[in-house]
Amino acid sequence: MTLQVEIKHQLGGLSLKVGFEAAGGITAIFGRSGTGKTTVINAVAGLLRPDAGRVSLGGDVFVDTASGRFVPPAKRRLGYVFQDARLFPHLTVRDNLTFGARYAPPGAQGAGLDDVVALLGLAPLMARRPGTLSGGEKQRVAIGRALLSRPRMLLMDEPLASLDAPRKQEILPYLERLRDGPLNLPILYVSHAVDEVARLADRLVLLQDGEVQAQGPLYDVMADPAAVPLLGVREAGAVIEAEVIAHADDGLSTLRISAGTLELPGVQADVGARIRLRVLAQDVILSLSRPEGLSSVNVLPVRVETVHPGGGPGAAIGLRAGKDRVLARVTARAVAEMQLAPGLDCYAILKATNVAPGSIGR
Amino acid sequence: MTADSAAWEALRLSLWVACWATVLAVPLALWVAWILARKSFWGKSLLNAVVHLPLVLPPVVTGYLLLISFSPNAPMGQALSAMGLQLAFHWTGAVLAAIVMGFPLMVRAMRLAIEAVDPKLEEAAETLGAGRISVFARVTLPLIGPGILAGAVMGFAKAMGEFGATITFVANIPGQTQTLPGAIWAALQIPGGEGQAVTMVLMASAVAVAAVLLSEVLARRVSARIAAK
Repeated sequence: MTLQVEIKHQLGGLSLKVGFEAAGGITAIFGRSGTGKTTVINAVAGLLRPDAGRVSLGGDVFVDTASGRFVPPAKRRLGYVFQDARLFPHLTVRDNLTFGARYAPPGAQGAGLDDVVALLGLAPLMARRPGTLSGGEKQRVAIGRALLSRPRMLLMDEPLASLDAPRKQEILPYLERLRDGPLNLPILYVSHAVDEVARLADRLVLLQDGEVQAQGPLYDVMADPAAVPLLGVREAGAVIEAEVIAHADDGLSTLRISAGTLELPGVQADVGARIRLRVLAQDVILSLSRPEGLSSVNVLPVRVETVHPGGGPGAAIGLRAGKDRVLARVTARAVAEMQLAPGLDCYAILKATNVAPGSIGR
Repeated sequence: MTADSAAWEALRLSLWVACWATVLAVPLALWVAWILARKSFWGKSLLNAVVHLPLVLPPVVTGYLLLISFSPNAPMGQALSAMGLQLAFHWTGAVLAAIVMGFPLMVRAMRLAIEAVDPKLEEAAETLGAGRISVFARVTLPLIGPGILAGAVMGFAKAMGEFGATITFVANIPGQTQTLPGAIWAALQIPGGEGQAVTMVLMASAVAVAAVLLSEVLARRVSARIAAK
């Protein structure tokens, strides 16, 4: 079941012109605030009528301005998790959760109340009212409420943005369970936080000034030098998959990636698990010869694929490391002095961080 | 008719008129409050002004306007009496006067309650599959319940106390159109009528206090459902 979106909309000073697709897994729409992310997700949900365009899911056309078709939100069967939970204040957690169940068609696929309560850890909250819940608890109930309407797709508009860091860490494992669990529900996830996207998304759509600047599988888009200015120079960097090989007594773990092995602290996943690593472009140093006597132990042989000069003194270098792609950010002066050009073999000294303490599940 | 039974008759008629006025006015006031709170349309300020007019006009003027509109000689009065509904000098006219006079108070209370409901909650209900009627019944109505109740109590109290428009529109006929305020006024016009007036003043005060207490209890019950346990 594929969501296809092709819309134009004028919103104040912003001309939105967006086209993308989302299929299984989590598709993240990333952009800074004011780039039209919420407008796009509201157009998908039916809370906003686009000036022109078409929105469809599988064979169902939700919006087609050419033929005047507009399906109201209640008939789209898309679960929507808002940034501000929007729980019904007059209902208990249980009644909030079951609010949408009666509107799902009989025989609709989806999780039952017990499954959702277990998945999101809601059992102790059932009799309480939203007014007494913490931000993180509210957001978990909101996710459960959306799931129990048995939607065909889940829409999430910055579900973590209004939470502080510990609350975020509380919710993220639930989102990962949702992604990797048996529900297999496609999710459209709007965010302006690169770390969330790197941890959760399977596909990435980069939005800027109302237009899609790049889209594709997460690993490809994150490793694209052209995406550096869109993600921000401090946040840009490749995401690669690694397998946990061993945990040493000194706290370092050995991870295998296609180009070799890395030593990393703080990995909690079991040996044999596959995890996601984030390699920030600014944490990668390039060297023409194999460096000796460094404090960093993570050195990989790489080949330069692309050199993408930025507007300022920096340049983004796309590197091939085995089957993976890594990004490095160096100065334009270094590009000239080292004569960095596509095809050049060199060494990357890098500092990787694991994006999640646990396994990525698949 | 003894003095006491006249007082009881006036109380009975007042309660009868006030109940009818409240029951008839609440749905209409809710509708008007809704469109004033949520819709934007040409003539909205005019509608708002017309609704609030009875609050600022002298009640006698309102009563006179009702009289010339609904007297048996006026076109509207004729049309209604052809349908078997007589208003002028009849208890039904007292109900109409009470509705008109209480309407701005009701609309005000309900409009404030509706404006306090975040439309985002209604959007959330829609995304969960609820159609318009379900959204209203399951989200909006429970949230504005206390406001509707407050408006209804205001309207009821206004109807119990309405004097000027009523006496102008339907006169002060004992047993037919004489409500409690009219009867109190009439008793004070006759020498030695103070005793009877005091009885009725106590009756009016008792009803008013009871109405406020009842609305407090109901409002507390509604907000206990909404607020945190």
